[in-house]
Amino acid sequence: MRLQIDKLPAPLWMRSLIPVVSVVVTFLLTSGFVLAVGANPVEAAYYFLLDPLSNPVRLIEVLVKATPLLMTGAAVAFAFAGGYWNIGVEGQLYMGATAATAIGLQMHDFPAWVALPLMVVAGFLAGMAWAVLPAFMKVRLKIDEVVTTLLLNYVAIYLVGAILNGPWRDPISQWPQSPEIAASAIFPRLIPRSRLHLGFILALVIIVVLWFVLSRTSFGLKMRAVGFNLDAAYFSGIHVNRVIMTVALISGGIGGLAGASEVAGIHFHLIDAISPGYGYTGIIIATLGSLNALGVAAAALFIGLIDTGSQTVSRALGVPAYLGDVLQATLLLVTLAMLLLQRYRISLRRKGSPQTE
Amino acid sequence: MQEALTTTFLVGLITATLRVATPLVYAAIGEVFTERAGILNLGIEGIMFLGAFVGFATAYTADQAGMAGYLWIGLFSAIIAGILMGFLMAFFSVTLGVNQHVSGLGITLLCTGLSLFGFRLVFGERAVLPSIDPFPQLSLFEGIPVLGDIFSQYLLTYVAFLVLVPLSWWLLFRTSLGLNIRAVGENPEAVDAAGLSVFRTRYLVLALGGGLMAIGGAFLSLAQLGAFTPGIIAGRGWVCIALVIFARWQPVRAMLGALLFGGVFALQLRLQTMGFELPFEIFLALPYLVTIAALALASRHVSYPGAYLKPYRRE
Repeated sequence: MRLQIDKLPAPLWMRSLIPVVSVVVTFLLTSGFVLAVGANPVEAAYYFLLDPLSNPVRLIEVLVKATPLLMTGAAVAFAFAGGYWNIGVEGQLYMGATAATAIGLQMHDFPAWVALPLMVVAGFLAGMAWAVLPAFMKVRLKIDEVVTTLLLNYVAIYLVGAILNGPWRDPISQWPQSPEIAASAIFPRLIPRSRLHLGFILALVIIVVLWFVLSRTSFGLKMRAVGFNLDAAYFSGIHVNRVIMTVALISGGIGGLAGASEVAGIHFHLIDAISPGYGYTGIIIATLGSLNALGVAAAALFIGLIDTGSQTVSRALGVPAYLGDVLQATLLLVTLAMLLLQRYRISLRRKGSPQTE
Repeated sequence: MQEALTTTFLVGLITATLRVATPLVYAAIGEVFTERAGILNLGIEGIMFLGAFVGFATAYTADQAGMAGYLWIGLFSAIIAGILMGFLMAFFSVTLGVNQHVSGLGITLLCTGLSLFGFRLVFGERAVLPSIDPFPQLSLFEGIPVLGDIFSQYLLTYVAFLVLVPLSWWLLFRTSLGLNIRAVGENPEAVDAAGLSVFRTRYLVLALGGGLMAIGGAFLSLAQLGAFTPGIIAGRGWVCIALVIFARWQPVRAMLGALLFGGVFALQLRLQTMGFELPFEIFLALPYLVTIAALALASRHVSYPGAYLKPYRRE
């Protein structure tokens, strides 16, 4: 018997094992950090993976945590699938949150059916607007969008800080935060007395639209062609620049929606810590989800689980909650390595048996 | 009176510019090396952060243990951490040949998480930030008016401008190792055909780059601040990625780019205190916007290394 490795796509059952194996390897690799605190890694894994599922209140909290992640994951996956490296979802989220707050503050005399759509549209447009400059610089000046989108994240966060310490300074609060948005502008709860809000439905709609556009429209085909091989797409007659521009702006818009949803569903006012890095987590989610809609949904829920778990681990075992960040980054790197395996077919063959392919 | 004021202002500005530019010189030159060999290391932001943390944490611990050279122990540990992260990046981008954008960002996220986790582990939750006595400033022209002020800098600043920049220029353009690095980034097939190892050169360069990036971060915690804060790097790594493109992968131009960013940063700090009716965050955003503008202006002359972003595989 010997191990045979062929350069053929791995069978489906093996490919579907990759996420499971990645999670196991990740927990093994990070168990040293749990031991360093003097806690039990198995117990930590239980709090991360199973405890949040153990009662309905925590389960709902996982969905609450997953809501912005579904959106930023979709935003990043959409951009990456089109070959556009939008690392600026964090900034686009901040801008979406700002625009939604701007509308929400003016909605005191309007009913919810006016306020809610306006806020969602404002969030989308603001995220889109924040994505214009890097996209324009990419298609016109050939400037790498990675750098420009990253740098604009810092500009966006400083801008929000400036607004909160300036014109929107809430005189009542000692923290830099805006006044509260109108009651009609607050997303309705999906389950009474929980934090699960309309944004979760919005996130699911985005996932379905993402699936539809990527796999059922000619634009989806075009953008994936551009993402796969820009030059080949160009020579096959695709308006590459137009596709890149569209992909960048829609991705930015989805990022903006994540911000609007956090303001209208969770915080009810703009704060400077509106996102603890959801835009960057979106990159992890898009990669774990292999840039497809279903994968992104599963990955966002899983990261939501880990986020919820890291709070419990911190409280129950005294392990710093930052372990969650270490876990997520490790999972990203492990998955990147594991995804290579799907290109190979590994099998045991008896010596001298004929090649099957 | 007016004249004295402007002289003081200018001298202060130049002094601060050199100080602010120092970490960027280290990290940007580190990135020049990796990109010259064809690898985009987006781990730069995280490696700087890790360098700042490891440098501070080990220096603090060594100081508590009463060791005299605690700052050097911190700096040395930071370099080791940076080199290890460089190797990790090499494992992903060279050995496995996976996407460099995603693996680099993954390394940044990992380094950020590790540093914040480690900080909590070592220092717990404290009301007062722990701090150390930082590196002293060395005065080259003690007592001489203008020069005395400007050349009162940290040793690492002098090393960056007077040693690192010329040395890396010489290494890249005047040695066979430099030729090897550039060839690996332009045409790895030819290097391989000539019997030299593409893998080994890229590993070496990523380790070197990681070490330099970590020094850049450690400069902030060990010299400039004497402390570690979550916002200590604040995008300086990403600025370096921009500077490298702006510099067309030349160490000397990278230094000029770092001085440009340093100058704008030092200027906005002074503008903040001059009584403009604007929130200070507007000024803080200015250096990032200037960096983007500089990229736009330099874009005409940019041509990336031939094998940029391409993992090398023998066909």
